[in-house]
Amino acid sequence: MATDRPTVPELVQAVREFLEAEVQPSLDGSVAFHTRVAVNVLKIVERELAEGPALAAAEKSRLVALLGHDGDLDVLAEELIEAIRAGRMDVQTPGLTEHLRSTVMAKLAIDNPRYQSYQRALQGGR
Amino acid sequence: MMISNEALAAGLAQAVARHLGAAVGSKPQVAELARLTAGAANETWSFDVIGRLASGEQRRIGCILRRSPGIGDEGKSDTNLGKAGEAEVQRAARDAGVAAAEVLFILSPEDDLGDGYVMARLEGETLPRRVLRDAEYADLRTHLARDCGITLAQLHSVAPARLPTLTTMGAAEQIERYGEVYRAFGQPVPVFDLALRWLADHRQEPARLTLVHGDFRNGNLMVGPEGIRAVMDWELAHLGDPMEDLGWLCVTSWRFGEIDLPVGGFGRREDLFAGYEAAGGGAVNPDAVRYWEVFGTLKWGIMCMIMTHSHLSGATRSVEKAAIGRRVSETELDLLNLLT
Repeated sequence: MATDRPTVPELVQAVREFLEAEVQPSLDGSVAFHTRVAVNVLKIVERELAEGPALAAAEKSRLVALLGHDGDLDVLAEELIEAIRAGRMDVQTPGLTEHLRSTVMAKLAIDNPRYQSYQRALQGGR
Repeated sequence: MMISNEALAAGLAQAVARHLGAAVGSKPQVAELARLTAGAANETWSFDVIGRLASGEQRRIGCILRRSPGIGDEGKSDTNLGKAGEAEVQRAARDAGVAAAEVLFILSPEDDLGDGYVMARLEGETLPRRVLRDAEYADLRTHLARDCGITLAQLHSVAPARLPTLTTMGAAEQIERYGEVYRAFGQPVPVFDLALRWLADHRQEPARLTLVHGDFRNGNLMVGPEGIRAVMDWELAHLGDPMEDLGWLCVTSWRFGEIDLPVGGFGRREDLFAGYEAAGGGAVNPDAVRYWEVFGTLKWGIMCMIMTHSHLSGATRSVEKAAIGRRVSETELDLLNLLT
């Protein structure tokens, strides 16, 4: 179904801007705190809408390379978990920690790009 | 048990008269009752007791009530200490010289106010970001890591005979427990599985079993510019490896952005260890502290999952609990940094 403008990202942005500019300043106490949390949640949604599909595609191609066969992202991710739980893969497995690091960095790009450990890792440090 | 503010104030006035007696005179009044925090496991209230002694002198005591509203199991501690047990641990630690608020009385069944206890209210700073950034605490930050070491040495020296019955929880029990909780959510986090395996493979026997606070971190310490005024939140107290408390204090999540200062975002491990050893805590095993830092990072990640699933299951719907699920990735990166 083709919907009209605004697009979903534009709608979420509108709500987030309203909360930030008009609601937040008029509140205090726990409602103000929870409004700040709500604004942060909408920022996560905005980043995921923009970057999520590309990051998921990259995760899938890494998993295909690591596991040696194709499949749905969910199924491949489950297979990786099984391999780690069974002890068939660990920190010594070539490519595993690189894959996990890339996956976690992609999640943090969406969840909380201001996290200090993430900022440090972007600069190549830890 | 839900209760209105008026009913709580009236009930507290009776409880105060029952437990404090002559110390507050007849007919003590409760004033300025205000809720400080609310949660499924804990409520914290502040109030003043105003009494008139037999001499005619007026007496005003600032108090804190910690109470379990008893709704749902979410957030319930795995130590099953209960509020009375928590109060007894806090009292024993204070008697042993640990900075902690004085427990005034434990609620009894005839108070009809649920499970809880009342302690003297102290003034001080508890907000981590202020402790880490306010100019007022610049001098404190130069010795707070060492002070934490001294306090932990005192805390770990509390004689078990002075404590209520506590659950013994070593690394094996905790890995088992948190691993089960994580797997039951059916939400794959490969880094958690890697960490659980590493923890099982690298477990070491503790040098001794002591009282462990269980949540000794930036945020549960009340400080003043001069030092630690009170260690708070004793509900996770148990018997275990004392190195657990040192490791938990160093978890990256409790550095609140100051990631280059491993001890709570304010200090260095060397100073923490030196304070601990100087105050008679015994030799610190840095490998064990690191082990518990890995465990603590994983534990905080799983706690984030627990909170977010309490929202998802409908047990306690809250935007805050929904949002915290997206903090799991923070602990994954910190775990990878520790393990690889």
